[in-house]
Amino acid sequence: MKARIVAVNGNLVIAETDGRVVQNSVGYCIHSDGTRLLSEVIRVRGHLADLQVFEETRGLKVGDPVELHEDMLSVVLGPGLLGQIYDGLQNPLPELAKQVGFFLKPGVYIHGLSTTQPWEFTPSVKPGDTIEAGDSLGTVPEGIFTHRITVPFGLRGSWTVEKVAPAGSYTVDAEMAVLADGQGAKRSVTMQQNWPVKRPLSVARRRLLPTEPLVSRVRIIDSMFPVVRGGTYCIPGPFGAGKTVLQQITARHAEIDIVIIAACGERAGEIVETLRDFPELTDPRTGRSLMERTIIIANTSAMPVAAREASVYTAATLGEYYRQMGLNVLLLADSTSRWAQAMRELSGRLEEIPGEEAFPAYLESRIASFYERAGALELRDGTVGSLTIGGTVSPAGGNFEEPVTQGTLKVVGAFHGLSRARSDARRYPAIDPLDSWSKYPGIIEPDAMASMRRLLLHGNEVRQMMTVVGEEGTSIADFTAALKADFFDNVYLQQNAFDEVDAATPAERQRFVFGKVSEVANLDFEFTDKAQARETLVAVTDLFRNWNYAATDSEEYQRWLKAIDQFIATKGRKV
Amino acid sequence: MRKYFDSIRRIAGNVVTVNAMGVTYDELATIDSAHGQSLAQVIDLEGQQVSLQVFAGSQGVSNNDRVRFLQHPMQVPFSDDLLGRVFDGSGRPRDGRGEVTGKLTDLGTPPVNPVMRRMPDQMVHTGIPMIDVFNSLVESQKLPIFSVPGEPYNELLARVGLQANADIIILGGMGLRHDDYLKFRQTFEEGGVLGRAILFVHTAADPVVECLLVPDLCLAVGEQFALQGKRVLVLLTDMTAFADALKEISIVMEQIPSNRGYPGDLYTQLAKRYEKAVDFDGAGSMTVLACVTMPGDDVTHPVPDNTGYITEGQFYLRHGRIEPFGSLSRLKQQVNGKSRDDHRAIMDACIQLYALCRESREKRDMGFEMSDWDRKLLKYGTLFEQRVMDLSVNIHLFDALDRCWGILAECFDPAETGIRRSIIEKHWPAGADESPAEQPAEATA
Repeated sequence: MKARIVAVNGNLVIAETDGRVVQNSVGYCIHSDGTRLLSEVIRVRGHLADLQVFEETRGLKVGDPVELHEDMLSVVLGPGLLGQIYDGLQNPLPELAKQVGFFLKPGVYIHGLSTTQPWEFTPSVKPGDTIEAGDSLGTVPEGIFTHRITVPFGLRGSWTVEKVAPAGSYTVDAEMAVLADGQGAKRSVTMQQNWPVKRPLSVARRRLLPTEPLVSRVRIIDSMFPVVRGGTYCIPGPFGAGKTVLQQITARHAEIDIVIIAACGERAGEIVETLRDFPELTDPRTGRSLMERTIIIANTSAMPVAAREASVYTAATLGEYYRQMGLNVLLLADSTSRWAQAMRELSGRLEEIPGEEAFPAYLESRIASFYERAGALELRDGTVGSLTIGGTVSPAGGNFEEPVTQGTLKVVGAFHGLSRARSDARRYPAIDPLDSWSKYPGIIEPDAMASMRRLLLHGNEVRQMMTVVGEEGTSIADFTAALKADFFDNVYLQQNAFDEVDAATPAERQRFVFGKVSEVANLDFEFTDKAQARETLVAVTDLFRNWNYAATDSEEYQRWLKAIDQFIATKGRKV
Repeated sequence: MRKYFDSIRRIAGNVVTVNAMGVTYDELATIDSAHGQSLAQVIDLEGQQVSLQVFAGSQGVSNNDRVRFLQHPMQVPFSDDLLGRVFDGSGRPRDGRGEVTGKLTDLGTPPVNPVMRRMPDQMVHTGIPMIDVFNSLVESQKLPIFSVPGEPYNELLARVGLQANADIIILGGMGLRHDDYLKFRQTFEEGGVLGRAILFVHTAADPVVECLLVPDLCLAVGEQFALQGKRVLVLLTDMTAFADALKEISIVMEQIPSNRGYPGDLYTQLAKRYEKAVDFDGAGSMTVLACVTMPGDDVTHPVPDNTGYITEGQFYLRHGRIEPFGSLSRLKQQVNGKSRDDHRAIMDACIQLYALCRESREKRDMGFEMSDWDRKLLKYGTLFEQRVMDLSVNIHLFDALDRCWGILAECFDPAETGIRRSIIEKHWPAGADESPAEQPAEATA
C-alpha cells in the first residue's frame, strides 16, 4: 500500500494514505536516493498513519513515498541463531561490517540466518503422520544442541505429513516437508520461519510453576536471593554499582543451556568486551566456546532509539524459540530503563498525555507483559523448557521510587537491589543484603539462611547504635554480633569477580563454605575485651578469604581448610 | 539549485518557522537578517511548515527575512590545516586567520558498528596516582569529571591533555569564560602541543544555540583523524552547558519535559556524542574526557545522572582532590591486571581502609573513644591523603604503588590489610618495623 510523508519529527513520521493500514505492521519510508528505512505503524488516525522509524530520519522530506505492508515486525527463527551478534532488528552485525565497513548504514538490512550454510537433517516423522504447530519434524545438530525443526508455530489445527525430506544436508531455505490439512490446503515447510516479536511464542501442554534453582555461581544470589529456571528477577542500581559486571558474570558462569544478552541502549564497549572475550572462553560444563551457547542482541545507546524498543522483544522471541526445544534459556536485558526511555521518547512525540516523570501511562503494563514472557513450559512431547528473564534497571539518581523500578518490582520474583554505599566501599557484588528479596527456593536450607539473615540485621542495628553510643557504650555481645555480621559479609556475600577461582562458586562448594561460615558465626567466643574480638575475627576473615581464592580441592585449599578447622576447634585461641 | 523562502510564520525563542517545500529533515539553512547571516538547522517538518533552530539566536530576525536551504546537513571541512587553529561554535575561524578548505564531512554520522571496535588495552599515564593507581584512564574511554564551579576542573583537563600521549588533541569549549579559553590556549602553547591541537570554542558571550554544535564538530573531526590511524584525545567542557541548550530548544518546541525541564531524549542526545569515543579495529582511537558541572553539587541532577549511565566511569573532583569514593574507571580492569601484580590488590585495600578511616573519623568527631584499630586507621588516612590523594602529586604508577605499600606497612599488620597472602609475601616492604608477616595458623600448630 502506498502512502506519502506529511510530517517528520525526530524518528516519528506521519504518512497519509487512502488505503488499508494495519496497526503495528511494518512500512518503509523511501528516501529520495532510494534508501528504504524500516518503520512500524504505531497509531492510525483517519487517513494518517504514524510510524516510528528504526533509523535516523535525516534527509527525509514531505512528499516522500512510504510503502505500507500487512505483516508485523518479525524475526526469522531456525538453526544458526546461536553465536550470532545481531542488532535490535536481527541484522547480523559482522555481516553488516563486511558490507558497509566501520559505520552502520541506514537502510541496509541483512537476513538473520545464513542461507548458504548446510545443516545435517534427520527426520523424525514419516508421511501420513498427524502433527500440530510446534511439533518436531526432525532435528539438526547446532553446536552442542539438538535443534528441532518444528511445524510453524502459527499453524492452526491438525495437519498430515505428505512428504518429508530424507536425512541429508540442507540449507535453511530448502523445503523440508509438505503438510496437508485434509481440506485441500497444502503448506511447504523449511527450516526457518518468521514470528512477530511482540507476540509471545508459547506452544505447550501447560505452564509449570518454576522451582528448579538457576545456579549463577554468585554466592549472594544463589544462597540468599535465588533465581529459578523460568523465573524473573531485576537488578536496579545507580550507575557504577556494578549492574553490567554482575550481568556479565552471570552470562559467563550461569548453569544454563543458552544465554541471550540484550544490550539495550547501553555502552558499545561492554558488548565489545563480551564479543571479544566469549569466543576465547570455554564453558567448563561442555568444554566448548562460550559463544556457542550465546546470542548477543546489541542495540547500543548511540544506535537508533526505536530499534532499542524492538530489541528486547527480539531477544525474548529468540529465547522462547529455544525454550520450544526443551532447553533452558536465560535472557539478560541490560537495561530495561533504556527501553522504557525509548517508549517515553516516542510517547512524547505522539503527544500522549504523560504519566509520572513523563513516562507513558501504559509503561507498567508493557513491563509486566515483557516479564510474563518468562516461564517454564511442559511441551507437547513432555519435555520441559524454560526462559528466565533478568533485567537491569537504571533508576534516575539511583532512586528506586521511580516508575520503571516500581513497575518492575511488582512483576518479578526476585529483587537484587544494588547499593551505592556498598559499591563505594568496594563491597562487590553490591547487592544490598538487607533490602533485596527473592520469592524462590535456593540451594541453602532456609532455616540456616534465616539465622544468618537475622545476624546481618542484628549486626546492622548494632552498627547504627554504635554511631550514637560509641564502641564503649556497646556490650561485648552486641559488638561480637556486629563483627560476625561483617565476617559473613566479607567472606561469603562479597566475591571478587576478577579472581579466577573466587569469581564463580559452584553450588556444592557454596553449601560447604556456608556450613563452615555458619559454624564460625555460631561459635560462642567468650571474648573478654573488644580488641581481642576484633583481632580474632580479622584473623578468621583472612583465613576464609584465602580459602576462597584457592582452587577447589587443591593443596592450598586443603591447607586453608585445615587452618579454619583448627580455628573453629580452638575458637581462635593460640594453643 | 538553491531555494529562497521569505514567509516566516513564527519566531519563538531561537526557533523560526517558515513555509517551504522540498526541505529535508536535518538540513542546514542560512537566515539573512538586518543583523547579519546565521546558520540554522531543520528540526521539524509538518506539511509546509519547516521549523529551524537558529544558531546565532533569533534576535533581530524579522518575518520577511530570507531563508536559504543548503540541501545538506551540517558539515565541517576536514584537513591537516585544522591543526593549531581555533574556531567558534559554527565552525568559523576565531583566530583571525582564513577559512580552512578540505573534504567536507557530515556532522552526526551513524554510529560505529560494535563489531568493528576493539577492546581497549592501552593505559593513559597521567602521573596522578588517584587516576593511575585507583582508576586508570584507558585509551578510547569516555569519562566525565563531575565537579562544581570553582573547582580546578579545567586545569585538570588541560593537565591530562598535556601529559597524555595523544597524536591529536581537540578541545571543545561550551559556555567557556573567555579567561578560561585564553588559559587553555596558553597552557597548550607553553606545553608545546598547540601544533597538534584544534580548538572549537563557544564562549559564554556567544549565542546559546551555537554551543549545540561544539561536541559534534569536535567529534566529527576527531573521528576522521582516528580513521587515519591517529590517537585522538577530545576534551569537552562543560557538557552541562550543552544540555541546557538542548533544554532551551525542546521547551520552545513544546516538547513534554521529563525531568526538571530537560527533554525525554536527553540520554539519547548525550549518548550519541559520548559513544563516538572508539578504538577502531584496524585504525586509530578517540578518547573523550568531559567536564560536567553539577548544579548544586547534586549528582542526581539529570545531566550528571544521565552522563554517568553513558560514560565508562566518572571522576569526582571535590575540594581540589579526586574523590576515591564514587570515582570509577570502568575500563581499569583492562589495564591494571598487567601493569604489576600488586596493582589491583593495592587499589582495593587502600580504598577499603580509607573507607574505614572515614567511619573512624566520624566516630572521633562525635566524641567517642578511639580504639587501637581506630587510631591505626586515622594515621593511615592522614598519610594517604598527604602522600597519594593530593592533586599536586605527580609520580609514575610504580612509584605510587611503592608509596602505598610504604604507608600500609607504616600503619598496619599484614593481615589487617585484607590483601591475600601471596601478594603480601612478595611486596610487603622488608624494612617495616612490624614483625615479619604473621604465620598462617597451621604453621603454629
